[in-house]
Amino acid sequence: MNTLNFTPPGKHNSSDSVVNGVDISVNFAGIKAPNPFWLASAPPTDKAYNVVRAYEAGWGGVVWKTLGEEPPAVNVSSRYSAHYGKNREVIGFNNIELITDRSLEINLKEITQVKKDWPDRALIVSIMVPCNEEAWAYILPLVEATGADGIELNLGCPHGMPERGMGAAVGQNPDLIEKVTYWCKKHYSKPVIVKLTPNITDIRAGSQAALRGGADAVSLINTINSITSIDLDNMVAKPTVGHQSTHGGYCGSAVKPIAMNMVAEIARDPATPTLPISGIGGIATWRDAAEFIALGAGSVQVCTAAMLNGFRIVEEMKDGLSRWMAEKGYASIEAFSRKAIPQTTDWKHLDINFKTIAKIDQDLCIECGRCYIACEDTSHQSIAKLTEQDGSRRYEVIEEECVGCNLCQITCPVENCITMVPQETGQPFLAWDNDPRNPFRAAS
Amino acid sequence: MTSQLNHLPSAKEVGTYDPATLASNFSDLHPPLTHRQAMIESQRCLYCFDAPCVEACPSEIDIPSFIRQISENNINGAAETILEANILGGSCARVCPTEILCERSCVRNHDAECQPVLIGLLQRHATDHMQFDGHPFKRAATTGRHIAVVGAGPAGLSCAHRLAMLGHQVTIFEAEQKPGGLNEYGIARYKMTDDFARKEIEFLLEIGGIDIQYGKRLGDNLELANLHKQYDSVFLGLGLGASRALGLTGDDAPGLMPAVDYIKTLRQTDDLGSLAVAKRCIVIGAGNTAIDMATQMARLGASEVTLVYRRGVEAMSATDHEQEIAKANGVRMITWAQPDDILLDSQGRVVGMRFAKTREQSGKLTATGETFEIEADAIFKAIGQGFDGESLSDATAAELARDGERIHVDDMFRTSLANVYAGGDCVKPGQDLTVQAVQHGKLAAHAIHQALTAKQEAA
Repeated sequence: MNTLNFTPPGKHNSSDSVVNGVDISVNFAGIKAPNPFWLASAPPTDKAYNVVRAYEAGWGGVVWKTLGEEPPAVNVSSRYSAHYGKNREVIGFNNIELITDRSLEINLKEITQVKKDWPDRALIVSIMVPCNEEAWAYILPLVEATGADGIELNLGCPHGMPERGMGAAVGQNPDLIEKVTYWCKKHYSKPVIVKLTPNITDIRAGSQAALRGGADAVSLINTINSITSIDLDNMVAKPTVGHQSTHGGYCGSAVKPIAMNMVAEIARDPATPTLPISGIGGIATWRDAAEFIALGAGSVQVCTAAMLNGFRIVEEMKDGLSRWMAEKGYASIEAFSRKAIPQTTDWKHLDINFKTIAKIDQDLCIECGRCYIACEDTSHQSIAKLTEQDGSRRYEVIEEECVGCNLCQITCPVENCITMVPQETGQPFLAWDNDPRNPFRAAS
Repeated sequence: MTSQLNHLPSAKEVGTYDPATLASNFSDLHPPLTHRQAMIESQRCLYCFDAPCVEACPSEIDIPSFIRQISENNINGAAETILEANILGGSCARVCPTEILCERSCVRNHDAECQPVLIGLLQRHATDHMQFDGHPFKRAATTGRHIAVVGAGPAGLSCAHRLAMLGHQVTIFEAEQKPGGLNEYGIARYKMTDDFARKEIEFLLEIGGIDIQYGKRLGDNLELANLHKQYDSVFLGLGLGASRALGLTGDDAPGLMPAVDYIKTLRQTDDLGSLAVAKRCIVIGAGNTAIDMATQMARLGASEVTLVYRRGVEAMSATDHEQEIAKANGVRMITWAQPDDILLDSQGRVVGMRFAKTREQSGKLTATGETFEIEADAIFKAIGQGFDGESLSDATAAELARDGERIHVDDMFRTSLANVYAGGDCVKPGQDLTVQAVQHGKLAAHAIHQALTAKQEAA
């Protein structure tokens, strides 16, 4: 081997928790890791080989792919499919793979060795066994013996396992979440993280139940029931197994907005004010991670982005996050965790007197007319289309008609060409709860 | 056609290029986009509303719509969007000076990307890859009207196709033995390769209701008076058949010939190696024909090609893009010089040309008095095409009002004679572009249809 194992002075190596002079280590519900970037329980964490490569690449933690009871699950061939953007960029990702299809014995042996070799990294074991205490009482001591830092309960797998009374079948029932969590706390001494399914109406029912059962933390979201596309020649969805298909679990960038809302819902919930949250769902960049953390996540889990690009992405995630933290003066992850929560509220608390209107920078405008047609056809007819003497077009906001909806800004292909400018109305803050126009307002 | 060059060696004898290189010198100048490239390029289109590119297209193709269709992998839909505005969309995709039309007005030029969407290549992608089960356009119920079209060039073909679509019967009279006009005979070979022009016309004729009579030349074996009498309407799409003369002694000397005649031969030959090549040649002119001539002579193996223009580069009608092509092929360009004398040897053959240096003085081009000579085995003149006076010599045709030498038409493409319409290069409006000829033919067809329908209603 000629590989030069050299780290330039001042550069960090894969296990450092201080990057660019900033400490990005976390202590998540008692689980320590050199950085908040963990790999979610999924194919990338299926076995020692992958996990070791991830640690070498610099990931702060790993949630080992879900263990179940014997005999191991059996997977089908053809397992993933994607929702593509126009240039084949993967917007969303779908899978019909089950929990580990390797024997419990091999998994436990590998977990033990990996934890021994990589003591500074978080190693959490995902588990899914049937909904009875004996099953959990059997497996938990075996997992405890591996020395792993904690467990994550897979109560969210949306395909394959619910049919066997596991995964989402449990996660969609708050009473069962509470019960299983309770058994885990009873038979296992280390932190218990409950992974929540988004395939429910109100995510808080799950987090509150987990807390009642004694959970140390929750992680979310698991994948969303999905069909990504249909092969219209053969009238079958993808991934296609023989001549059939089935729904899978959706993840990747497309689910990030859904996941962020659910994380925020729990972070804002007075019933779970300090419950640690590991954020999952479409995280692919340091900025995604920072956003989840700002909404209350104490660590983040990544899967799809690693599956699409390899483990190396963590390097930029750590670098970008730490540079941004340094720039903002955040000395630790905790320093900005939940920072966006106070500003995240219910609609009824918003200032009804706030007014913002669009402004078009004529120097940047390329005259494509996209803002005009969007506003004209589908919004408030607040953009005028004018023709200059030289025949060029000019689009101007009709300020008195503009409701500040942002649609023109969203359709504009030029960055910073259309800005939304808050207006001085001279009116005080007035929440809808107190607005005289609100027929249901609280009597003052 | 190139008999004036019979004393010169052939490309094979000159031997600059082996046959394979020679063939590749005349294959596609701009290779078509691959499917992947077309998908990526189509994504760059912003799908503008009231798009400037559409305003810039003489044939009013709904460009944002066809590009969006390409991006949705709906190639037949894209092709149909193109063809319903411009039935010769395939050749226009190849020969249009998009750099001064649609692509110049693309809003992406102003964007940070500073580069327009490659509209021409996308149009080619759609029209190259369309696969219709039969002709995509249907004919309206037959009207019983029969219209004569003179000239099977872009204007005449476009007019005929639209008339056929509107339910009329059309007979085209074509002077040459093949249809296509400049598409067949006048375009640089590397701009439109193989027999694309012929295939495109075969496709066009699939609509039915159109027959073509070849070898029928107005003013020769065809009289406008008869057409006027025998048909319900007449459309004149004659083109500009005559090359202007230099007006110097020796205008017919061996070694001197019109560039269009050489290009015509070049386009038709099956054996590039057999073409006469002037090792040193001069091309006079500043339009796209001059550029095509100079570039093709260089690609055939000439060692010195000099293009001479009497004014400055900024006044050249060939676009910057065309000029770049010539320069990239080693063509030397000399500006501010006009032909003064054709230099001949003892046998009366061209051996060069004397030029008078020019300058602009209070808006007028004048000779400075200084001269210089360039040695050459051949001189190709590309100083513009004129109206072939003979073609409008019969009594009826002679009545046609003119704008200068061209046929006068109003905004409905009506000439001064009732039921006679005209379009393309033989009329005044436009810049003598293929795409404009197509548009003229299309609009004239609608004007003819409207007039005939109105007559029917009145009757």
